Amino acid sequence: MDPKHTALMTQRRQLLAAGALGGAALALPGALRSAWAQAPITVGVIYVGPRDDFGYNQAHAEAAAQLKKVAGVKVVEEENVPETQAVQKTMQGMISQDGATLLFPTSFGYFDPHLLAVAAKNEKVRFSHCGGLWTQGKHPANTGSFFGYIDEAQYLNGVVAGHMSKSKKLGFVAAKPIPQVLRNINAFTLGARSVDPKITTNVIFTGDWAMPVKEAEATNAMADQGIDVFTMHVDGPKVVVETAARRGRMVCGYHASQAKLAPNAYLTGAEWNWLTAYTLIVDAARTGKPHPNFVRGGLKEGFVKSSPYGAMVGEAARKNAEDVRKKMMAGSFDIFVGELKDNTGKVVIPKGKVLKQTDLELESMNYLVEGVIGKA
Amino acid sequence: MNLRDTAESIALPVLALAGGLLLFGAFIWADGHDPVQAWALLFRGAFGDAFSLQNSLQRAAPLMLTALCVALPARAGLTIIGGEGALVLGGLACAALPLALPLPGGAIGTAMLLAAAAIAGAAWIALAGWLRQWRGVNETISSLLLGYIAIALFKHIVEGALRDPASLNKPSTPPLAEALRIGTIGGTDVHWGLVFGVVACLMAAFWLGVTTHGFATRVVGGNPRAAQLVGLPATRLIVVACALGGAAAGVAGGIEVAAVHTAANASLIVGLGYTGILVSFVARHHPLAIIPVAILFGGFLAAGSLLQRRMGLPDASVQVLMGFCFVVILASEAARGRLRELFVLRKPPAGAVPAAATA
Repeated sequence: MDPKHTALMTQRRQLLAAGALGGAALALPGALRSAWAQAPITVGVIYVGPRDDFGYNQAHAEAAAQLKKVAGVKVVEEENVPETQAVQKTMQGMISQDGATLLFPTSFGYFDPHLLAVAAKNEKVRFSHCGGLWTQGKHPANTGSFFGYIDEAQYLNGVVAGHMSKSKKLGFVAAKPIPQVLRNINAFTLGARSVDPKITTNVIFTGDWAMPVKEAEATNAMADQGIDVFTMHVDGPKVVVETAARRGRMVCGYHASQAKLAPNAYLTGAEWNWLTAYTLIVDAARTGKPHPNFVRGGLKEGFVKSSPYGAMVGEAARKNAEDVRKKMMAGSFDIFVGELKDNTGKVVIPKGKVLKQTDLELESMNYLVEGVIGKA
Repeated sequence: MNLRDTAESIALPVLALAGGLLLFGAFIWADGHDPVQAWALLFRGAFGDAFSLQNSLQRAAPLMLTALCVALPARAGLTIIGGEGALVLGGLACAALPLALPLPGGAIGTAMLLAAAAIAGAAWIALAGWLRQWRGVNETISSLLLGYIAIALFKHIVEGALRDPASLNKPSTPPLAEALRIGTIGGTDVHWGLVFGVVACLMAAFWLGVTTHGFATRVVGGNPRAAQLVGLPATRLIVVACALGGAAAGVAGGIEVAAVHTAANASLIVGLGYTGILVSFVARHHPLAIIPVAILFGGFLAAGSLLQRRMGLPDASVQVLMGFCFVVILASEAARGRLRELFVLRKPPAGAVPAAATA
């Protein structure tokens, strides 16, 4: 059938439906009425690991579960999809077998070449990748990426850790020395050192996103050195949280809340709040607005959040963290401010220079700040 | 092999597969899901339409090559399980070659890439065979450990010396030039890797079944002492079999890079080499049987995708299904030679209970 004709028929059908529903809609509250106006949609969400990993994938799965509750939105999901031909087949399958018109492929490695290959074949389908790789002019308009400035929540983790640490030695278990990870390590350390400049952060890189054995070894090794507060940037923080708790140490979470795993050791955590980004992008698709290609946000925009404080977190720590949070929410707080030295003594941000969160210079960070013990 | 044996060789795995599917149905029924819907989705997702069929074939392609890395040494009497190492080094060699010397575009350049991949993989697995023959190192353990070393080397080089500075958050080598990449088979969505896989299996079957060299290799695998008594160069044959297997896995890695990833990076390490072990064992290390078994595997993976999306089953359910099917297939070997007894009515021996004809 001629696509134009189909589009007209669909429009006509929608008009008829709108007419029929008009009477009922008048009686409904405003929020619901706007939902009626939106076209139904099938959304595909793809995870690289298990949905219940207490980490990166769970953060997305929690948002997808919320999205399912929205009227007119159907969600199809697939977990444990590797960054190979498999994810291309999954994307194409969601489009041609399930009729999905908007996809959230959530793993960083899905973008190039997989998402780009499938997007080129399906120009009418919208692709929203989590990770921040989309570049204006380089990538097609039906693709885009969203990401959050979670280093803000890691800074708050650092503030709380700085108050709670007795040994003044913090530990960070990290996957790879790539810009996103370094930014979190630095923000955490800067937060802690804003409380006490004597604090240091030991960092151990495990080499990959999911290395449970090495993560446990790193946590144990650092606990042996007298480190008493841990945080991490790995796909599933479960191992670090549980190991630290077993060693009687404290921990700040990452990705999702791990409070359930260690209620007596969990201080707070840096969590994603992907529902904000999902809703924005889904609404644009349902109302026919242009695809939001470049979506970013931090605490202020509701893209990231902190886990509720554990019972052991003292009043001083809470007050200090909340003061900083208020400034962040007001947009009057910057994490990376000159003069800033790296841990070899080199000046990386000159005096007087302030890097805003949106500054692209931060997205190619290749240093560890003063106070971090480790090598980038 | 006579007709009856052939019929049995086909009937056994097919019946076993049906048994595995039945068990899987019971399993998900116990968990409150509809088994009939699951069976229908499995078929639809694996072979139901053109998209599904291409999906299954595509997933099968690398498995054929990594299965050969187990099957060929196995026919020479070795249990090699380190195909993953040969695969990642093959991928690395493929991505690194254009950085070392300028390559002509098109088929010649691509052939050189795959040759580099084959040599890297062959060297790695031949090393495991050599260690066994000269130093008495158990090849199963050494190939597994060599696989870990290969992965560590791969990461060290990809994230160090060969890292493309533009690959910020996902360390990769510089991408291959467009002209060197492997495309799809005309009109379909399946890349040429499938042809490489099928041809490699056919060639391996020809080598083992028809050539003198292949026959000698099988003799060594069957009884190394007898082989040496009749004057066969056992060590050389074993190392060659290992090298051929390693070359197949290396090419699998090279194809993944040249057809799918366009650069070498950690996404290459997804266990294709380990899945090949299972494929080879289910195919009883027979190169011809590897082709349908790999397609079946690809089918399961493709169907699992649909099962997750339509029924909301976790990914682990596909693992359960594959586990059921392969255990039943392997166990069904016990019935080889007795299948006729189970199905064909015979005159029961005097005093015996009638055979369970419906078993």
